[in-house]
Amino acid sequence: MASSGLHRTALYPEHVKLNAKMVPFGGWEMPVYYSGIVNEHQAVRNAVGIFDISHMGEIEVFGPEAERWLNGLLTNNLSKLAVGEGQYTLMLNNEGGVIDDLIVYRLEHNHYFLVVNAAKIEEDFLWLSGHRAGEVTLLNRSDHFAAVAVQGPKSSELFRPIGELPERNRIRAYRLGATQVLIARTGYTGEDGFEAFFPADSASAVWNQFLELGQPWQILPCGLGARDTLRLEACYPLNGADLSPERTPMEAGLGFFVDLAKNDFMGREPLLKQKTNGVEERLCAIRLAPKSAPPRAHYPVYAENQQIAELTSGSQSPTLGTGIGLAYLGSKYAKPGQQLEIEVRGRRFPATVEKKPLYKRPC
Amino acid sequence: MLIPDDLKYADTHEWIRLDGGVGTVGITDHAQAELTDIVYVEVPAIGAKLEQKQTAAVVESVKAASDIYAPMGGEVVEVNKELEANPALVNTDPYGAGWLFKLKLSNQEELTGLKDPNAYRAQIGE
Repeated sequence: MASSGLHRTALYPEHVKLNAKMVPFGGWEMPVYYSGIVNEHQAVRNAVGIFDISHMGEIEVFGPEAERWLNGLLTNNLSKLAVGEGQYTLMLNNEGGVIDDLIVYRLEHNHYFLVVNAAKIEEDFLWLSGHRAGEVTLLNRSDHFAAVAVQGPKSSELFRPIGELPERNRIRAYRLGATQVLIARTGYTGEDGFEAFFPADSASAVWNQFLELGQPWQILPCGLGARDTLRLEACYPLNGADLSPERTPMEAGLGFFVDLAKNDFMGREPLLKQKTNGVEERLCAIRLAPKSAPPRAHYPVYAENQQIAELTSGSQSPTLGTGIGLAYLGSKYAKPGQQLEIEVRGRRFPATVEKKPLYKRPC
Repeated sequence: MLIPDDLKYADTHEWIRLDGGVGTVGITDHAQAELTDIVYVEVPAIGAKLEQKQTAAVVESVKAASDIYAPMGGEVVEVNKELEANPALVNTDPYGAGWLFKLKLSNQEELTGLKDPNAYRAQIGE
């Protein structure tokens, strides 16, 4: 930990070497950009970029009852996972509110690998530990693992030399020199891409190896700034901003990742009620008119001259060239084409509700 | 970083170019490089009367909005309209086409509180 009280990832020395601009994020000192957010954003949309995601947490779960137990605490259905397969899922409180969103991989029949948000590692682990039942072993492996995301249309070409690559949402183990690396085909950018997990003491070696593999496509190291604009264009929610204990996956538009057919899981009852009665508010994608001031989280949202919401996320979109954002809107307003206004420093700019996602990669 | 010799600088990274009683204001090369890609500039209203160090404009990058302060007091007599269509001029030509606004200065003595190029160079550690 640095003197500032912030955690540093094993790749901190690499960020310093690359002259990254560092900022605090979720208790971590992380690069916000190296060469510039727009530049890095475009590298991922057009070629390939690499992100340090070592701040994210890894929790391993073992044991003969691991599947049944985890299925009681997560919204998606683990029983559908083959070995080597992963799924996006949510951990809810008893009221159906979101504690965290995560990816769970089935590494072996009774062995699960959970990748959780940086700011939620302790809370998730305590929550899971506090609800432990039956023959399960729970390990917080967040200090052991470093991780990087390699994202962009060229990412699969970059990894071609290391062997056969996993399909979307699958994970495989590789040996790079003496280092065991888990590589999953997942991401948070809206592009094809991979997330790699490896021991923290090999972090610099792996990072530099990937940078070298990406040379032919001018791979760029990318910071949290581009990570945020990329995920926002793809309309992936950010926990702590778009997701919170006061919002359910149904309201966030994540019902696809909730298996209400499962017998029981934490938060199921309130979700079932929402599924039956409909939700009052839904997380909507918003696009501002050209030449508007960039929207930011918490800016007021107006419809028919009344404030109806505030943005949970907002940014200039480098791909669209306009401001974009997300907000929970009443069902009356939560339809594409709805006219809105976003207030920026006392001035209102026209905006429209759009279909999600705001950016979809070309097929 | 470019730090032209004929300008005066504020601690908050604005520059001012004096021409008679009128000062042209912008942000420094160092400031634009720190802010990175500028996507929006909000200039003051013409006729607005600003005190020295008062918030005068807002420059927004993809990541954040940054306040720009009046390096000297005065009345806003002209603003750079080009920035509405092309805010990136602040990045590409911070001391030229990327200027922000012009002030009819109310007190020339405020100039003594500003930095000369060497003092500003020292401030940003160059």
